[in-house]
Amino acid sequence: MKILVPVKRVPDWQIKLKLLPDGTGIQTDGIKWIINTFDEIAVEEAIRLKEKGIATEIVLVSIGPADVRQRLEYALAMGADSAVLVKHEGPSDSDLAARAIAEVFKRGSYSMILMGKQAIDSDSSQTAQLLAARLNLPQACFASKVEVDGTNAIVTREVDGGLEKLRVPLPCVVSTDLRLNEPRYAALPNLMKAKKKPFEELSLEALGVSPEVKVKVRALSTPAARKAGRKVGSVAELMSALQGEAKVL
Amino acid sequence: MGNVLVFIQHDQGKVQKGALVAATAAKQLASAWGASGVVGIALGTGAKAAATEAAAHGLSEVRFSEDQLFEKYRAEPYSRAVALAAREAGASAVVALASSSGKDFMPRVAVLMDAAQASDIVGVNSDGSLRRPMYAGNILAEVELAPGNRVVTVRGTAFPAAAKEGAVGEVSELSISGDPELHEQPRFGEILGYELSKAERPELADAEVVVSGGRALASAENFEKVIFPLADALRAAVGASRAAVDSGYAPNDWQVGQTGKVVAPNLYIAVGISGAIQHLAGMKDSKVIVAINKDPDAPIFEVADYGLVADLFQAAPELTQAVKSARG
Repeated sequence: MKILVPVKRVPDWQIKLKLLPDGTGIQTDGIKWIINTFDEIAVEEAIRLKEKGIATEIVLVSIGPADVRQRLEYALAMGADSAVLVKHEGPSDSDLAARAIAEVFKRGSYSMILMGKQAIDSDSSQTAQLLAARLNLPQACFASKVEVDGTNAIVTREVDGGLEKLRVPLPCVVSTDLRLNEPRYAALPNLMKAKKKPFEELSLEALGVSPEVKVKVRALSTPAARKAGRKVGSVAELMSALQGEAKVL
Repeated sequence: MGNVLVFIQHDQGKVQKGALVAATAAKQLASAWGASGVVGIALGTGAKAAATEAAAHGLSEVRFSEDQLFEKYRAEPYSRAVALAAREAGASAVVALASSSGKDFMPRVAVLMDAAQASDIVGVNSDGSLRRPMYAGNILAEVELAPGNRVVTVRGTAFPAAAKEGAVGEVSELSISGDPELHEQPRFGEILGYELSKAERPELADAEVVVSGGRALASAENFEKVIFPLADALRAAVGASRAAVDSGYAPNDWQVGQTGKVVAPNLYIAVGISGAIQHLAGMKDSKVIVAINKDPDAPIFEVADYGLVADLFQAAPELTQAVKSARG
């Protein structure tokens, strides 16, 4: 069983983001990049499925500039087998990503697309579902447990109010939630070996995918910070503030 | 531009507050985009009752289907039915709450309608552009959707719920024969079961008061002993920080934060929560924030209206007693 794992390169969530002076984007010069947190969980889950003898091959795919290669090599060092980079500069959105990944999916005989439930930069949570619909595949999103039983995936999903257990026939699209697993670190010797793993570069044009986007980001701004209030000295003082001043009790 | 269709999320026929929040957003979108009106669709057991209730909230028409295909929520049949309802209602835009199901099926609707989608919007500008948070709420983006069909999910805390109006819209059944692909197929998922948290308290997403516990509670027993009585005295929903959930003190779906639920109650009480950015992203729009923490330098105090530097194991039970006696 072959698994396709789309990964997105995003700014490290631990850095403080700065906006470009004209507000059309964030400053990316010299910032630290990481693999999208949820996609890293997907890579880990694919590797575990391979270690259990269920998956046979893990192919990574990403869309972005040439230096995304470094992030893909990190995921290869974690244990993926090969990577495809669809080179693209300029605006992108979930729809463009889904159209490109769908074409890569069609080029191999994959049984599953396993990817993060959302990217921590755009926070859209669309690409997995868009891919599933575009390829007319069933989906199991927000997974906290993934099992494969013959020709089906059995996925525990995080839903409002608790958990849902869903069986979907393969091939399918699974998106990963936070608690599916804790990704391993890539060991240094593996980082060296990863550079020798198969790495294919493609273009949107070669895939027959138009670079147009449907969602245009016009301006970014930093939301007004909430002001700190005051310290209260006791529970009694807190109660009287909540009843009198704030009138919430 | 045609109508705007809003998905009416309901619980066994009872319209959820979030559906009325989505209806408000749909009305604002209809006005900004020059749409003719707002119509609705309800699916599943009790959908007829939900459609009837929703029709009194300013929708000109609400369709419903109680076909067994929709008995349990699943992305594939729900997205097909919503796209079918949009087609039949002449709707070029579809709006739903960004709940776990809304997030799940709406992108499929976007593909079926060849639409542009904006997720989790928090505002509609008069020129038709939309406001939505990015980077865990650290950045607010103004986005423009390409012309043509559009799909939008709405953050539940960002708009008021639509009020009842005098006029009541027409309610009619949606025939699923309108989509030949819409019948039980082997390619649809199958629900094997649920593990749902007991709903003894208000829903976290739309509670007026939320009491959340953090890592400082130090055990699931303490969480229950300290947080539950305070929440019950305040008739509040219970939330938790990611650290508390990761440590097993509280179930996953109680997590408030970037990767959990986003809440904006009238009163948010953070007990033993340090206030990681991740957590603040999920509660900083609350009207009044109270923090109880023994570390005076905890970042939570930077967003709290009222901060109490104290041992939570003393302060929280004391507050519970004070609330109880104040409420008689």
